[in-house]
Amino acid sequence: MSLKVEECKGVFIFAQQVDNKVNNIAYELLGKAKDLASDLGQEVTAVLIGSDVKNLADSLAQYGADRVILVDDPELKEYRTEPYAHALASVIEQYKPEIMLIGATAIGRDLGPRVAARIHTGLTADCTQLDIGDFPLTPAPGQEQKKNQLLMTRPAFGGNTIATIACPNFRPQMATVRPGVMQKREPDKSAKANIEECKLDFTPNNKYAEILEVVKQVSNVADIAAAKILVSGGRGVGSPENFKILEDLAEAIGGTVSCSRAVVDSGWKPKEMQVGQTGKTVRPHVYFAIGISGAIQHVAGMEESDIIIAINKDESAPIFDVADYGVVGDLNQIVPELTKQIKEAMAAKA
Amino acid sequence: MKIVVCVKQVPDTKGGVKFKPDGTLDRGAMLAIMNPDDKAGLEAALKIKNENPGTEVTVVTMGLPKADDVLREALAMGADKAILVTDRVLGGADTWATSQTLAGAIRNLDYDLVITGRQAIDGDTAQVGPQISERLDLPLISYAEDIKIDGDYVIVKRQFEDRYHMLKVKMPCLITALAELGEGMYMTPGGIFDAYSDSADVTVWGRADLKDVSDDNLGLKGSPTQIAKASDRVAKGAGEKVTPDSPKEAVDYIVGKLAEKHVI
Repeated sequence: MSLKVEECKGVFIFAQQVDNKVNNIAYELLGKAKDLASDLGQEVTAVLIGSDVKNLADSLAQYGADRVILVDDPELKEYRTEPYAHALASVIEQYKPEIMLIGATAIGRDLGPRVAARIHTGLTADCTQLDIGDFPLTPAPGQEQKKNQLLMTRPAFGGNTIATIACPNFRPQMATVRPGVMQKREPDKSAKANIEECKLDFTPNNKYAEILEVVKQVSNVADIAAAKILVSGGRGVGSPENFKILEDLAEAIGGTVSCSRAVVDSGWKPKEMQVGQTGKTVRPHVYFAIGISGAIQHVAGMEESDIIIAINKDESAPIFDVADYGVVGDLNQIVPELTKQIKEAMAAKA
Repeated sequence: MKIVVCVKQVPDTKGGVKFKPDGTLDRGAMLAIMNPDDKAGLEAALKIKNENPGTEVTVVTMGLPKADDVLREALAMGADKAILVTDRVLGGADTWATSQTLAGAIRNLDYDLVITGRQAIDGDTAQVGPQISERLDLPLISYAEDIKIDGDYVIVKRQFEDRYHMLKVKMPCLITALAELGEGMYMTPGGIFDAYSDSADVTVWGRADLKDVSDDNLGLKGSPTQIAKASDRVAKGAGEKVTPDSPKEAVDYIVGKLAEKHVI
């Protein structure tokens, strides 16, 4: 059974929480949902699913949720595919949203497809841009052009191509959205949530997995997606030891060190530090690309940075095609001197 | 036990990407390999087979007739049977219609375990495996890094960004494999010979062989998502590029820009 297009209204987001903490992606989705809802003249609803999570609803309101639908049940304590899919699919069937956004996280990419299959609608994966527009963009003669459709843009082929997808005949229009791409709003600290509780039956069946163990992998690596300044190194840095000069620069300028896939593949740095299509998408204020050639899959993860500064000895490196300021030269000579001058400049300012 | 592994022939992304005029991929024009995550899933299945004598591994693919290549590769690696689902009416399918097709094929088979790769390197959607599980009403465990068989149950290490869960699920179930699950199973010369011999068990199915699937759910026509436009990625414009004579000059240039932009 699928939902009727004309019955569906509102922009909904899945407010992912783990361990009773709202994941940043929920706030990013709210930021985007607010823009889409305003284009459509509709409201934003956050769907909060978990066990004892009502206390999180106000923060969702503060970041832009006009309403919070709460599904709270002890079976929802840890993420498991089936009870969460049941919760989200039931909310969609009951509240009939026009748009449903989910984070493209290890949870969202499990939940989204299962829910889309259950309620018979399309799902576009890992979107990096969402707009309201007409579909088809240019209709053939005699072909109907539908207004106010969700146009979902995503990279594919490791970032080699980009496609814009629509879902004109089914509702909700569903997308998973890449973390780190959408902008969250300034929170309105005084906002209080308008909560609607949705009671559902969670009787375990064969699809409920049993969790034997939850093992948290504590990382001492800084979150590169949250950094305002990234000092990113590639294979050109030469060795894991030589990342020291990047760490010194990062420390001097108040930034965080990240890296390219080549560095992770060589075992020099952990995967959490990787920028790119197969790593994290980042959009810091300043991105230093040091000894990074600029493969498409890397550029796909950092090109939205405000200011890109590239240092590379190969003047034909593709990174110079996206850099705002490109310097052809030897990073081993330039980076330590840059650190020194930045330290002096900072000291003079203090 | 019986294991079904779904594999996909994908264009090697290094070989360049081509489109048809309607915006869908022109797969015929690109180099093709077995999708890496699917290969990891197949290797995991073959490892289970080695540890549990009597296990039968069937590989299923949906694609153009030339996808026969990845099935022969799977047989040469040690799979027992292969099924190619190919039909003109299945073309242009999105993940919804693809999962309908594969579920329609798998319904004809006996299975305890269905394994798919987490995602394919062409679409990168990670949606088909989970959607097959929904069609077949099976428990789903995605992002699997390790699989152990324990009687009628599987115990799977399910990876998240900052943790993993050890999950126990009764078979039958569907698992999507991470590349880490791969065990480095290789084709053997004898395996390659057998895979291309007349006795190789490769079956070709068309639309009529799919079980319990309506035409409305297949191919381009049955796909809820539609492509508005597709194009090669356009990189943002290049800015300035300088080749300073000395490191000092290079640093002065960068520091000047950082100051101009109020970073320092």
